[in-house]
Amino acid sequence: MTMPTYLGMPSFPKAARAAVADTRLRSNLAHATGTIRERRAAAVAELDDWAELRDAGRRIKDHTLEHLGHYLRMLEEKVTAAGGMVHWARDADEANTIVARLVEETGETEVVKVKSMATQEIGLNEALAEHGITALETDLAELIVQLADDRPSHILVPAIHKNRAEIRDLFAHRMPSAPEHLTDEPADLAEAARRHLRAKFLTAKVAVSGANFAIAETGTVLVVESEGNGRMCLTLPETLITVMGIEKLLPTARDLEVFLQLLPRSSTAERMNPYTSAWTGVTPGDGPQNFHLILLDNGRTGIRDEEVGRQALRCIRCSACLNVCPVYARAGGHAYGSPYPGPIGAILSPQIRGIGSEVDASLPFASSLCGACYEVCPVGIDIPEVLVHLRAKAAKKLPEKTVMNAAAWGLRSPARLALGQTIASKARFLTPRLRFPRAWADTRDLPALPAESFRAWWKRTHGESSGGAS
Amino acid sequence: MKIALFITCVNDTLFPGTGRAVVSLLERLGHQVVFPEAQTCCGQMHLNTGYPEQALPMVESFTRTFSDYEAVVAPSGSCAAMVRDWHAKLAARQGRPGLARRAEELAPRVYELSELLVDVLGVTDVGAVFPHRVTYHPTCHSVRMLKIGDRPLRLLRQVRGIDLVDLPDAAECCGFGGTFALKNSDVSAAMCADKVASVKTTGAEVLCAADNSCLMHIGGALSRQRSGVRAMHLAEILASTS
Repeated sequence: MTMPTYLGMPSFPKAARAAVADTRLRSNLAHATGTIRERRAAAVAELDDWAELRDAGRRIKDHTLEHLGHYLRMLEEKVTAAGGMVHWARDADEANTIVARLVEETGETEVVKVKSMATQEIGLNEALAEHGITALETDLAELIVQLADDRPSHILVPAIHKNRAEIRDLFAHRMPSAPEHLTDEPADLAEAARRHLRAKFLTAKVAVSGANFAIAETGTVLVVESEGNGRMCLTLPETLITVMGIEKLLPTARDLEVFLQLLPRSSTAERMNPYTSAWTGVTPGDGPQNFHLILLDNGRTGIRDEEVGRQALRCIRCSACLNVCPVYARAGGHAYGSPYPGPIGAILSPQIRGIGSEVDASLPFASSLCGACYEVCPVGIDIPEVLVHLRAKAAKKLPEKTVMNAAAWGLRSPARLALGQTIASKARFLTPRLRFPRAWADTRDLPALPAESFRAWWKRTHGESSGGAS
Repeated sequence: MKIALFITCVNDTLFPGTGRAVVSLLERLGHQVVFPEAQTCCGQMHLNTGYPEQALPMVESFTRTFSDYEAVVAPSGSCAAMVRDWHAKLAARQGRPGLARRAEELAPRVYELSELLVDVLGVTDVGAVFPHRVTYHPTCHSVRMLKIGDRPLRLLRQVRGIDLVDLPDAAECCGFGGTFALKNSDVSAAMCADKVASVKTTGAEVLCAADNSCLMHIGGALSRQRSGVRAMHLAEILASTS
């Protein structure tokens, strides 16, 4: 399984080191995540039954994953009956090949895109470029990232690492239709983007989208968004190609009652998102007349078989975990080397791609295990638990393994622990304050070693009076 | 009441004063403290660093050492959380159902210090005196795993002479995270810097928490910066009478 665009990324700590030193990035991130975090908390606090909704979301997803094959076949049948065409893609390459072929069959060389995580995951834009097809991102933030030849750094707010002054400069240089005296006022920037995109919407013949949900019992596919640019792509072109991870499925339309509350409040802190587009196959004379649904596995059935890791497939890509994560706020999204950054990315990327590469082996450790992500997750993914589970699977360096094995040996017996403490307290006269390891001592003093461990004190003062070894 | 003290390996080795404070506090309240000498470590460092197999013998030894006690107190939120949230699960996943059962049976009798005082012993005024300006950092595992809520604050509010001030962004992680502080030292240090900045805005002389590993991290930075703020475990403030 692959996410082709991100091959050869450095380990998380290496990439994070540069991000931590970038003061503008730190300030952009702190401001943006801080604002969304407070708004989300307020939006969630409005609902008395949030805990029940969250539990319902978790159970519906788990049920669907349990019976995934059954519901996927139902979806295929309903979409086909409604005039759509369903394609199955085992991995990124298969999905990209199918999309490229479908676009080529229309004779077009340009497609407009709805913001989509699945197509980021498979590196679709780059794959289409190899076939001479230009994919234009129409989500405002994705457009910013694309114009800058950059990578998204947040699931919901891909350009969160850029402030409006940076965006103004980018538009002025890279957007041919940008007005001469463009300011960095959000309304002016949005107007410039609107003019740039509107021309594309009116001429595009093919659109590519992802999906937030698909309903097995009806064959309906849904995209939720804030800007309306997605709606343009989903309704104006003649051909619509949707790439959907197989875990996006829900059994019934009624399940939307739960998820259309959980998602907007968790992601944009809205009671309801401004645009919810739902379509079932093809409607003659209305909207795209050719609809292709590509069901993407790319490692998902393997994750589904993992007892601890499978809960990651409940994810509805809301980004609440990113916005509360203290590590994400300092390291930024790019350090995660994946379109899925933050806590969810740290458990999703190593499971989709395997834990072999430098960055994937480091991602499960990119967390202080503070648990803020689990607390806000609308589908109850215990991210710290999965991180700990994946840490056990990651390859360890020999020096670390040696230290950890020695520590385990020492901590297995109270006598060995006491001996170690005695040696340490005697040795403290040699060096009152340790300067090792440097990773610690560069920024923090180590505590001075005490003259006597608690255990030694207890023995001296309480002797044999209580609690002898059992 | 007879209470078994699980000192934790970090306190035992580096912060024996915290253990002495727990003993003096509980004895002052009229309880008997015992220290089962067979104890070593809860296994948290090994589990959280990706060595569950090496952590398993520690789960086994902890369960064997403390199974017969009615109440076990640990002056560390994260070690208490390791025992309560992880021991049984870890044993089960390592194919040890018998141990998992015994660990599960023991877990509800293992308390973090403020839980023991407020829930089991029913006290919030422990008769402490501490005439200093103090700010309290609620450590992540105490809050999010143990869910001890405001118990430490309820205890601190009853201390004579204390000037307890709110810590801004209190719930934000300090960046310790065990071996995270070494493996991701840049991010860890950046998180710590923000925590230290919050502590400084309070004008407190003392930073208090219920976990010495977090205090070692924040306190280490406070010390490096010659900030004049010292880190103190909750037990040491509650044990203080002058």
